[in-house]
Amino acid sequence: MPTVSKGDGMRGLAVFISDIRNCKSKEAEVKRINKELANIRSKFKGDKALDGYSKKKYVCKLLFIFLLGHDIDFGHMEAVNLLSSNKYTEKQIGYLFISVLVNSNSDLIRLINNAIKNDLASRNPTFMNLALHCIANVGSREMAEAQKQICFLTWICSCFQGVVTAATSLITTLAQKSPDDFKTSVCLAVARLSRIVTSASLDLQDYTYYFVAAPWLSVKLLRLLQCYPPPEDAALRSRLTECLETILNKAQEPPKSKKVQHSNAKNAVLFEAIALIIHHDSEPNLLVRACNQLGHFLQHRETNLRYLALESMCTLASSEFSHEAVKTHIETVINALKTERDVSVRQRAVDLLYAMCDRSNSKQIVAEMLSYLETADYSIREEIVLKVAILAEKYAVDYTWYVDTILNLIRIAGDYVSEEVWYRVIQIVINQDDVQGYAAKTVFEALQAPACHENLVKVGGYILGEFGNLIAGDPRSSPLVQFNLLHSKFHLCSVPTRALLLSAYIKFINLFPEVKGTIQDVLRSDSQLRNADVELQQRAVEYLRLSCIASTDILVSKNSAKRASSPSLGFNDALNLNSTPSSGASLLVDVFTDLSNPAPTEGSDEHFTRFVCKNNGVIYENQLLQIGLKSEYRQNLGRIYVFYGNKTSTQFLSFSTSVTSNDLLTPQLNVQVKPVDPLIEAGAQLQQILNIECVSDFSEAPVLNIQFRYGGTLQNITVKLPVMLNKFFQPTEMTSQDFFQRWKQLGAPQQEVQKIFKAKNQMDTDVAKAKLLGFGVALLDGVDPNPANFVGAGIIHTKTTQVGCLLRLEPNTQAQMYRLTLRTSKESVSQRLCELLSEQF
Amino acid sequence: MQFMLLFSRQGKLRLQKWYVPLSDKEKKKITRELVQTVLARKPKMCSFLEWRDLKIVYKRYASLYFCCAIEDQDNELITLEIIHRYVELLDKYFGSVCELDIIFNFEKAYFILDEFLLGGEAQETSKKNVLKAIEQADLLQEVRPAPLKP
Repeated sequence: MPTVSKGDGMRGLAVFISDIRNCKSKEAEVKRINKELANIRSKFKGDKALDGYSKKKYVCKLLFIFLLGHDIDFGHMEAVNLLSSNKYTEKQIGYLFISVLVNSNSDLIRLINNAIKNDLASRNPTFMNLALHCIANVGSREMAEAQKQICFLTWICSCFQGVVTAATSLITTLAQKSPDDFKTSVCLAVARLSRIVTSASLDLQDYTYYFVAAPWLSVKLLRLLQCYPPPEDAALRSRLTECLETILNKAQEPPKSKKVQHSNAKNAVLFEAIALIIHHDSEPNLLVRACNQLGHFLQHRETNLRYLALESMCTLASSEFSHEAVKTHIETVINALKTERDVSVRQRAVDLLYAMCDRSNSKQIVAEMLSYLETADYSIREEIVLKVAILAEKYAVDYTWYVDTILNLIRIAGDYVSEEVWYRVIQIVINQDDVQGYAAKTVFEALQAPACHENLVKVGGYILGEFGNLIAGDPRSSPLVQFNLLHSKFHLCSVPTRALLLSAYIKFINLFPEVKGTIQDVLRSDSQLRNADVELQQRAVEYLRLSCIASTDILVSKNSAKRASSPSLGFNDALNLNSTPSSGASLLVDVFTDLSNPAPTEGSDEHFTRFVCKNNGVIYENQLLQIGLKSEYRQNLGRIYVFYGNKTSTQFLSFSTSVTSNDLLTPQLNVQVKPVDPLIEAGAQLQQILNIECVSDFSEAPVLNIQFRYGGTLQNITVKLPVMLNKFFQPTEMTSQDFFQRWKQLGAPQQEVQKIFKAKNQMDTDVAKAKLLGFGVALLDGVDPNPANFVGAGIIHTKTTQVGCLLRLEPNTQAQMYRLTLRTSKESVSQRLCELLSEQF
Repeated sequence: MQFMLLFSRQGKLRLQKWYVPLSDKEKKKITRELVQTVLARKPKMCSFLEWRDLKIVYKRYASLYFCCAIEDQDNELITLEIIHRYVELLDKYFGSVCELDIIFNFEKAYFILDEFLLGGEAQETSKKNVLKAIEQADLLQEVRPAPLKP
């Protein structure tokens, strides 16, 4: 039965509150409140000036409504008015309202400040009290300065215990902001503290709380002392140490009361004292005693004390004096981790294990934390994962343990393993040579599990891509098995992981040519080349391209170790193939060559024609051997790099090549062949350099003969080397005037060769242009009055002479035909060039 | 102390005292979240928990939860005792206080709290003195001098 409120009744308020409580539903409550709000609003706006009592009643009602959870957007003015009333109760309600409903309206703040100033200045202590309260609870900058001075003086000369308590709080806050100003308070604080601590139970009667002397003041004094380092004055320091020892001693004494309030108050002082001891970190004796005391609390019946003990020990663990002492409790803490039912206590235990970890107990602690992680609350998993990762790295004696730990982490709580963690493990594996094989093996085994976390696929993909060769010797983890394992997870992964896997695939192509075909098929599939994601599509296309170029710059020659040719990757290189070498000529074949043209089998001249307008590509391929070319020409000299790729898993023995020219060609073209090794390993590639010199113009082609022994049978292959006259073209720019002048000069019938022919391919301007440029001439714009026609000029360089050439190509789209006119100073040149070029269209 | 909340087992707020400046919206949000968190705790769990970057100390007395938020460096046990002291004060003043007393006399509950705590710190730790101050304040209310209970 509620007592009628003492003092002034405010009947209306009590009735209103009863009404609200009797409301059967939320809607009814809201209705009642709105009714009252409307009533109050009209009263405030009304003509009749309200008397103090009514104002107070209504403001009180507003406050109640606010406490129920509804917003109040008026009434502040009336509350401020109450402040200037002379009646204590009205002032009181006014202050209460504004301290609960703080409003940032600047006008009101000014008024409030004025009212406060007036109350402070008044001689009435109760009014001063109210004003001080308001300042303390609401706070505003103007008040702060004045308060500082008043309180300090009050404190020094006060005898009243109660005031001291209040002033101590203020001093502490101020000391935190500007410690130097309040240095002298240390001495006074110690004095007071020792008086309290050593007092007999009859002193301080009023302030004894359940047989503990002035617990709040003690705690506050201890807090104040934590703002300062240990006192320099020896006498003061010893006095303080005495105090602290007394407090610690008291903890050992039997309790004076069974009530929990007694123990709480006593322990509150004790914990604060321990906090001070830890803060000072200077008396080993005290620190060890504190540690032991906390050790007792670790197994106390009361959960609160266990919680606080774990928390305090955490700070103790970082002090060098007590670190060892803390470690002795490791079993208790681990036990707490396993058996505590309260998750907050378990969290403290985890924090403590983390703090006390060092080289001697790291393995044990990490193991415990991992097993805890399996059942931990989701909200704290990420923190624990990070802690385990840090501990594993910091205290790893051998890195195999570290790798195991991180992989376990990913297995148990993969979702919470942030990127930094798995980047780090890869960084460490790359930089520690001796753990690479182990990492590859472990990752390989881990990936066998039916359900892998995506982070594990990322780590696995990267490590196998880099170091898969270290385990490729074992048939159970052969390259094909590794690839299939990774690819089986491909479709389950998100885009960034797939991108990483594609990079791993190109690394596989690099390391293991025997799986190249399989991987290329995968890359070639529509799901990659036409993938909706731009990154994946780009990677698939580019990697496929790269893999088709046979070049030692990216492919490993048989002599180097079977490792990725890139040195330890810098971190920003981690997932890109920035190591794609840029040395040498561009590797990419012109984009217009399409992949659907298979390399020709022997006997066909098709490849030869293909190479008239381009210098790089595959000129021959069969089941066993692939031959690729890269050529460069300058003036009358040329160099061809020939690449022989062994597509099989057996060595090629007695490998030999030669270049033959027929009788006519021999004096016209010099071909010098550099010797090669007679052995090509399985899956390896051999490079041979041919140096060419054009002595005079020619129309035949040299032939490349290859011989080798494969699995007992002798193989013989001949390929026409794509060296033609136009390779020695130098494009020449000239003005239209010059062109026509020369054209006229070359008017003799044997100098001009013309051919009209049907277009073999689709007639496309851009393609035609590209071909002409590839042929070696310079395309001249604005020379031919008909813009659809092409005009070109160049010089053929031979050792003996240089032949200037002009050409004109006229397309007839309607008839699908071309007319090609060549004019050079030498008939044979005109013939040959016309012959070559006409086949291109 | 940053703030103190009193709420029932159904989550209804009975008293809120804030010692830090926060906007209304923030206060509502904090109240909502904290009430939910504390109500979700089981009876045997310890009285302290970490929430955001604060420590929360709470205790249930009959049907009311008394919940305080303190800063990292504050002493938890002493805060528990502050709560207890406050309950004792209320008990002495209202005589066997119950939740209804606080509902109907919320402004008195505030006044008692203000006598005891200032700016979030205990200012007067003598029970006798606090109660004396309240009684004197009551005397100043002139409408109807109420009979004071011993």
